[in-house]
Amino acid sequence: MRGEAIKQFTLPGWAWSYRNAIVRLLSFMALVLVWQLLAEWLDSRELPGPGQVVSTFRTYLLDGSLLFHLGMTLLRVLFSFVLALLLGVALGILMGSRPRWDRWLDALLIVGLNIPALVTIILCYIWFGLNEVAAVLAVALNKIPSVTVMVREGARAVDQGLMQVAQVYRVSRRDTLLKVYLPQLYPYLFGAARNGLALIWKIVLVVELLGRSNGVGFQLGIFFQFFDIAGILAYTLAFVLVVVAIEALLLRPLEQRLNRWRG
Amino acid sequence: MDRRTDSPSGVQVTIDRKVYANGLCTLKGLHFAAAPGEFVALVGPSGSGKTTVLNIVAGLDTRFEGQVQRATAARLGFMFQEPRLLPWLTVEQNIELVLNPLPPTQRQERRAHLQALLAQVGLQDFRTAYPGALSGGMQRRLALVRAFVIQPELLLMDEPFLSLDEPTAEQLRQQLLALWQQTGSTILFVTHHLREALMLADRVLFLSARPAHLILEQPVTAARPRTMVQMGALEQLLLHQYPELLSGVLA
Repeated sequence: MRGEAIKQFTLPGWAWSYRNAIVRLLSFMALVLVWQLLAEWLDSRELPGPGQVVSTFRTYLLDGSLLFHLGMTLLRVLFSFVLALLLGVALGILMGSRPRWDRWLDALLIVGLNIPALVTIILCYIWFGLNEVAAVLAVALNKIPSVTVMVREGARAVDQGLMQVAQVYRVSRRDTLLKVYLPQLYPYLFGAARNGLALIWKIVLVVELLGRSNGVGFQLGIFFQFFDIAGILAYTLAFVLVVVAIEALLLRPLEQRLNRWRG
Repeated sequence: MDRRTDSPSGVQVTIDRKVYANGLCTLKGLHFAAAPGEFVALVGPSGSGKTTVLNIVAGLDTRFEGQVQRATAARLGFMFQEPRLLPWLTVEQNIELVLNPLPPTQRQERRAHLQALLAQVGLQDFRTAYPGALSGGMQRRLALVRAFVIQPELLLMDEPFLSLDEPTAEQLRQQLLALWQQTGSTILFVTHHLREALMLADRVLFLSARPAHLILEQPVTAARPRTMVQMGALEQLLLHQYPELLSGVLA
């Protein structure tokens, strides 16, 4: 009796994710609807409706400008993301596994975490010039400390028992790293990558606004000067689409693959 | 000080002093040896530093005074108190992790050998399963296979069957003996379960409470297969003679 009652209310896994997708879609549609109603009610240049934004989006897409600026931004995101992750992970592992390094670098890390992004950006531009290297470096420098903090947490939690297994059985250095050590850090690396991407998006735009002559940030600055709200929202839309695509096509499948063993 | 020198096979342990980082002296004047192919059990009260002895022999702990003589190039197996399997590797990958990479021509042969070993402990249908899907007893059996697959010259075992129900533990003991007879490994087996030690070993060494040293050496000459009932009688006899033996006191 009881078992039957429970069965009735439990959905199979695919049905859950199906239902989840519908809920997500509905919440998104509700947002669009509220937006539409608000735009009609206000009837102002400052809040164009969804239809107008989509048609602006199409215009910029077709004349190629949107793809160009989005591409430049994506390239900067990619380079600074890779740089920040490599350095942050190396530093995090060092600090998490060597208490002496941790003591020496911890104060610097706290300083790094709390310096405002704008300060780093301005200083990089002044010291290294208004160029691509300074731009990418400024973004990476803003991100490295938080990657380090996360990975350090993971490196501290590494199971010494498993490391002993590798040591006793003389597992090669390569296998020890790839099959014993790094898998323990994957959850932390994923957290760092997700947060990292979210932060880097935002900082790259500021960097572009301040000192580049292309990219989404630069373009938003122009729209701001001309009070082109539809343009700003059209670029935001492009942005959202890219973020969703990266999450759905890259991060989530990779995570699922690495988590297969959790069953 | 850790001086590790070559000896043809077997192991000779001379631990003069082992002091923990907190100043606690845990081992003092602990000397013993195991002949090649011998099964030696170490029995002592909990907290007497039995695990520390194995860590020293394995080279995981090098901060002690004394020396361990064993062939440095010898293959070493270690079965820990917990199975210590890699949860993100399948049963098969967990075993392959401890094996050296082989040229493709020999892989087929090794795969067959591995399959035979898994079959011997009843894991043949779980090659591609992850450890999380295995029961506690099956995880121990996998750890046992991992220890034997390298054909260890020296095998260290740290209460490997602790916290298993008795029938499962008994099954694992039989599998251990069968595998040992195939490889002829020298085994150091730590336990606080006296009957288990008598059941398995050629010789049982009794440790005192901290700081631990040897208080008694008991050869077990009974022919194998031995039964737990038979060993119960021997246990009674020993405990009658030395009532405080398991607390690490002789008199």
